[in-house]
Amino acid sequence: MTANSIISVSHLSKSFGEVNALKDISFDVGEGEVFGFIGPDGAGKTTLFRIITTLLLPDEGEVTILGLDCVKGFRELRKNIGYMPGRFSLYMDLTVEENLNFYATVFGTTVRENYDLIADIYAHIEPFRKRPAGKLSGGMKQKLALSCALIHKPALLVLDEPTTGVDAVSRAEFWEMLKKLKKYHITILVSTPYMDEAMRCDKVALIQEGKILSVDQPERITDGFSRRLFSVRSSEKYKLIRALREFPLTDTAYPFGDSVHVTFRDDHYDDTLYRYLTAAGFTDVSIGETRAGIEDRFLELMTPPLQGSNRTL
Amino acid sequence: MRTIYYLIRKEFIQIFRDKFLGRAIFAIPIVQMLILVPAVTFEIKEVRLCIVDKDMTTESRELVGKLVGSTFFKVGHTTFPEREANELLNRDQCDLILQIPAGFGKDIGKGTPTQLMASANAINAMNAQLSWAYLNGVILDYNMNILAREISSRSFSPIPQIEVTNRYWYNELLNYNFYMQPGILGILVLAIGFILAGLNLVKEKEIGTIEQMNVTPVKKYQFILAKIIPFLIIGLIDLALGIAIGILVFNVPFEGSIWLLFLCSTIFLIAVLGLALLISTFSGTQQQFMFTGFFFMIIFILMSGIFTPIESMPVWAQKIDLLNPVVYIMRINRMVMLKGSTFQDIQTEFLALVLYAIATTTLAVNRYRKTA
Repeated sequence: MTANSIISVSHLSKSFGEVNALKDISFDVGEGEVFGFIGPDGAGKTTLFRIITTLLLPDEGEVTILGLDCVKGFRELRKNIGYMPGRFSLYMDLTVEENLNFYATVFGTTVRENYDLIADIYAHIEPFRKRPAGKLSGGMKQKLALSCALIHKPALLVLDEPTTGVDAVSRAEFWEMLKKLKKYHITILVSTPYMDEAMRCDKVALIQEGKILSVDQPERITDGFSRRLFSVRSSEKYKLIRALREFPLTDTAYPFGDSVHVTFRDDHYDDTLYRYLTAAGFTDVSIGETRAGIEDRFLELMTPPLQGSNRTL
Repeated sequence: MRTIYYLIRKEFIQIFRDKFLGRAIFAIPIVQMLILVPAVTFEIKEVRLCIVDKDMTTESRELVGKLVGSTFFKVGHTTFPEREANELLNRDQCDLILQIPAGFGKDIGKGTPTQLMASANAINAMNAQLSWAYLNGVILDYNMNILAREISSRSFSPIPQIEVTNRYWYNELLNYNFYMQPGILGILVLAIGFILAGLNLVKEKEIGTIEQMNVTPVKKYQFILAKIIPFLIIGLIDLALGIAIGILVFNVPFEGSIWLLFLCSTIFLIAVLGLALLISTFSGTQQQFMFTGFFFMIIFILMSGIFTPIESMPVWAQKIDLLNPVVYIMRINRMVMLKGSTFQDIQTEFLALVLYAIATTTLAVNRYRKTA
């Protein structure tokens, strides 16, 4: 546990019947950090967030948030946490303004008191303040939800997949807004299934099947990728993946944007591949070595190492 | 306190923002009262009677005349063949067959006992019993007449008879409207409060807003209170509407204290709202709530004593009925409105409702856990 950690989780486990949603998880979040959880659906992100927001009780382990135990101190904690669930859950039949006022009052504050905190975000939706929340577009709903989660000036903001189902422009805007919140020293916990968003976090935890695979700064996480990575392009991408996976020297081959990222057994690379692909009928193949992204590292962590390979975790 | 006020205000905004619901809340009780009070009645008018008069004498005609004269019967058919009469009963074109055998008049003239035969359609047992009782009354009356004539023609002094005259206290004319209206008031208040409050909480669960509420510092009891109070207010307004319709439209008397009735209804409403919220904490969807809620409502209403007296139920059912809040409000409503009972007369029922209200609300608050 570091001195100024806002969240400190140690050996946390939670299961629902037979399903172990979280298995012995430990991590620390420092003050003012944007801490991202990246992982596929069902990895345990929502369960973890529900425990941190005092909605679920942990089975084992300790969770200390803002110096308070998440079980014993839940009453005090709720005043200081802003939570935006993955599913839009404001009152659809109340207007934008009414929702915001309502959440301000249940936290015992007023919109005016903390207006500067949400001003940037709320400005986007203020023209629609008389409109029922249910009639807003996806991006606007998300901004309203964020405003409502922030209106009581929480010390910790928990965002469960805030950008899922939102268009690319709104996603970018949303991250810009989070960046601006840094000056208010609000610690932000955010989960996302999108790898590209990981780079925008101060720290990233890769989570899969209830286990944290790695916690680090996003740049350092990619540094953990120890292999030589090659990017292979061709106009016939689907055929290319199949061909690459059939190539006897290939270790892994994953689609990545408009190219395929490939690693080879023992990182051995020569022009055998090029000859193999041209022989297979590809006419426009280009191969080049490339830097690993966070997705590559994640996929590397997810797949157990092959026998005889020199990979390190 | 301030929090509860804002929570309640939010509920009202939501209720009246829904244009349909906002109106239905007040329209439904009015329509219910106007339809149910005069419609739900045990009074039977115009029992369709079929007479098979095989006698055709002065005596048999006199009996038929008496039946025709009664407002209760409508002599729709007179036939001879028995089979045809049975056919009519089968085809549901008459409710009751009265057969006067041949020789009926002659027997009466001779002074020998004679017989009549009546067959009733008992698909609706209550109907059959009632028409049977009415028919019996008419025949008994006719019988007494013959007896009186016979005896007085032999002796000069009139025969001594005991005549029973009866008086129906608290509802002299046995007006069914008077009987039903206080009962329907109870059901109306039950239905409005129970369904609205229960669905409201489950809806918050379904949409997920409850999740958002749970991370706020709002306390359990505040949340539950803010769900009870709006529907309590609406229920009491509906009650006032119902009473007004009873007095203005159906001339139902209001003998007792209106404040006492409102006090009891408030407790009753808290009890059923608490129960509705308790059920909704167990339900995940509105469908689940409706299904369980309906189960309770139907049992509550049918066993409330509005249609059939509780005293005629089996003992085990009467014991179950101790847990039926509608029983108590039904009794209180009738006693206060028709009889003018005071608090002392209804204190047992009152106490039962108070206990009920405390139990359901406490359970609802405890069941509604903010930390799962």
